[in-house]
Amino acid sequence: MASEVEKKAVFDIDSAKEVVQELRASFVAGKTKDYEWRRTQLKAMLKLMDENEPQIVAALRDDLSKPELESSIYEIAMLKNSCKLALKKMKHWMMPEKAKTSLATFPSSAEIVSEPLGVVLVISAWNYPFLLSLDPVIGAIAAGNAIVLKPSEISPATASLLAKLVANYMDSSCIKVVEGAVPETTALLEQKWDKIMYTGNGRIARIVMAAAAKHLTPVVLELGGKCPVIVDSGINLQVATRRIIAGKWGCNNGQACISPDYIITTKDYAVELVDSFKCELELFYGKNPLESKDLSRVVNSNHFARLLKLLDEDKVSSKIVYGGERDKSNLKIAPTVLLDVPQDSLIMNEEIFGPLLPIITIDKVEDSFDLITSGTKPLAAYMFTNNKKLKEKFVEKVSAGGLVINDTTVHLAEPTLPFGGVGDSGMGAYHGKFSFDTFSHKKAVLYRSFAGDAPLRYPPYTNGKLRLLKSLLGGSILGIIRALMGWSKA
Amino acid sequence: MPQPLGVVLIFSSWNFPFTLALDPLIGAISAGNTVLLKPSDLAPACISFLVETIPKYLDNKAIKVVAGGADIGERLLQLKWDKIFYTGSPRVGRLVMAAAAKHLTPVTLELGGKCPAIVDTLSTTPSKAKVTAKRIVGGKWGPCNGQACIAIDYLLVEEKLASALIELLKKTIKRFYGENIKSLKSISRIVNEHQFQRLVNLLKDPNVADSIVYGGSVDEEKLVIEPTILLDPPLDSEIMSEEIFGPLLPIITLKNIEESINFINSKSNPLVIYAFTEDETFKKRILSETSSGTVTFNDSMVQFLCDSLPFGGVGQSGFGRYHGKYSFDTFSHEKSILHRGFYPEIEPRYPPWTDFKLLFIKLAYEFDYFGLILLLLWFKRS
Repeated sequence: MASEVEKKAVFDIDSAKEVVQELRASFVAGKTKDYEWRRTQLKAMLKLMDENEPQIVAALRDDLSKPELESSIYEIAMLKNSCKLALKKMKHWMMPEKAKTSLATFPSSAEIVSEPLGVVLVISAWNYPFLLSLDPVIGAIAAGNAIVLKPSEISPATASLLAKLVANYMDSSCIKVVEGAVPETTALLEQKWDKIMYTGNGRIARIVMAAAAKHLTPVVLELGGKCPVIVDSGINLQVATRRIIAGKWGCNNGQACISPDYIITTKDYAVELVDSFKCELELFYGKNPLESKDLSRVVNSNHFARLLKLLDEDKVSSKIVYGGERDKSNLKIAPTVLLDVPQDSLIMNEEIFGPLLPIITIDKVEDSFDLITSGTKPLAAYMFTNNKKLKEKFVEKVSAGGLVINDTTVHLAEPTLPFGGVGDSGMGAYHGKFSFDTFSHKKAVLYRSFAGDAPLRYPPYTNGKLRLLKSLLGGSILGIIRALMGWSKA
Repeated sequence: MPQPLGVVLIFSSWNFPFTLALDPLIGAISAGNTVLLKPSDLAPACISFLVETIPKYLDNKAIKVVAGGADIGERLLQLKWDKIFYTGSPRVGRLVMAAAAKHLTPVTLELGGKCPAIVDTLSTTPSKAKVTAKRIVGGKWGPCNGQACIAIDYLLVEEKLASALIELLKKTIKRFYGENIKSLKSISRIVNEHQFQRLVNLLKDPNVADSIVYGGSVDEEKLVIEPTILLDPPLDSEIMSEEIFGPLLPIITLKNIEESINFINSKSNPLVIYAFTEDETFKKRILSETSSGTVTFNDSMVQFLCDSLPFGGVGQSGFGRYHGKYSFDTFSHEKSILHRGFYPEIEPRYPPWTDFKLLFIKLAYEFDYFGLILLLLWFKRS
């Protein structure tokens, strides 16, 4: 079969060039701009999910031992909602937006027209391999682009399932999946794209942006960071603990860009907090969490070794207050809570991306803001408090991609909120209409008529013309009258 | 909630050294950032003025101006900024973005391109034809003698209307700027020797020189090139493949004005497409079949004054935008904030997960309230 042959051949620079050429031809022919085409592709994606849910869940179990609930909800259900939203709102998003005009350009009318950027590249990550691949693709389709999707090779079962399903359900002359690792990604990055969206880590992001710079290609980088959780006293501790657990171990066992990375709480409250964690963690995952079916495993041995290195560092291993068990053959690490690890430890200086949760203690809750702002800006920051002033301070002082008060991670599901980072956690945003916008060019259009052509625009320039123009642009009626009468200063 | 990005770097260009320096600065300040402004060293008198005057009026601890050439620019680019705003050429734009990549710094690049003007209004009324000519001349030689990113680069017109157009343009040029190079007024000169030579070289190709129908005289001492019109220079000449950025105006003739769309699409996306036409169908085609930062119908340059329109490019003409609120937005981070209460709590969110919980959450996600009720009443099982 042709597709089998393609897969076996090496995907090099020439293959990448061919792919881009084919997609560009489809784009130039206007295929992807057509509203009906966009609708059929999005509907096809819904069908893809409806008819293949068990296979998708199985692939995610293969790659990550992801529990069925996480796969069904965080990958499939969220994606379906995203697709349905785009189908519902796309026509409205595609409409030009009227813009106001002022005296300076009178008489005129203005609007902003959304147009597709062209041929875009979406590079996704391994932790939510289905969601992070197709969610950007939904935005790119809705905006009318041709697309290459490059799923992560670290989740190979999902990557090859995606390649198969997209080829079967969607228009392969406009949407293609390219599987592979570093060489294939490099070949793709050499090409000229109209936009590149990358989800992953800062190191690769720099490579992606540098490659994009050669072609002046705009990029969206969805990265990560150490997402802190500030826990104040005087809250419903049980609910707060559960929500932190759901956001940490309930999200791919801590391997998520918006997972709580570490906790900051007061010295006074720490003991209660730790006890609450012990209690709830046991309720959720049982006395032998390594055997719980409700936890993803660590994705591969590289990351497993990386996490153990963080855990087994001398000054850190003694700070474990819960958990710490590991099962190398199954790549499992039990939910682990640590208390008061030193600030200069490895675990406090890199994004953990795993089931280890350090708790840092401070004297007053307000001190937590300085602690957070002394580090790089994370993708998300969370705070549990009932104190209105503290909430305001938190929102004002902490710079992060997104903030949630009294919960964790749920802002991901809110399509009216732009989802993206700032500083080291990335640039650009998507979800909902932001996805459509991110893959569009907003073209400014000004309509002028021939009536009312003011000679004072044109040379020869005189002082009189200068005065009048200045006052017209200044917008003050009095100024205009004075200029017309020759009364104003030059 | 918008938040300042932090410490931003603004590179401005030499052709509109005040606007292109201070307009982004306005956006950066209004968004709450501290700013370092690095104006182009090709406009030294303006730089000196900015360096001396800005500290007298603005907060010196938060807003600084640094003078210098490419070497200073390079050193600045090695530092970590929270945003870099660059106005200039695509060549340097690439260098700026590559340097920004090392620190994951977001950038806005305001570049240029060959901004075409489609001329379809000559066969309407004489007064409209006159206004068209005035606006073309004003849009070519008005902005810094063609040295502007939004200046008209070349014209596209139907063969049969070319000579009428040229006559109108000649008359208008003489009225606006003078009869010949000796009596030129109300017009900028070429910024420096280097740019002067570059432009003169565009005319060196004999096939190009042959196509001059007006002007062509140069004065090297004063760095003046008079407004020059060319008719159908070879399409593969440099003047038709590079952004001109000067007072030379090629006119390309077509059998049918609709061919202008394909012609424009054969080149990279410009910053602006100008179209002088009253044909509504043609306008719609131009809008949907071409791509540019902006499209302006029946005028030139004025879109720059419209603060409610985003000003920026696409493709090789750049990315990002500013003016009006867009300036504020470009120097802000839009932080999303979600407030939650502690109640109600949805138990099925938490493990250990059972089939019941799975079905519950699925139905909740799909807003299948009826299904939820059935489930809760035990009428539905997974």
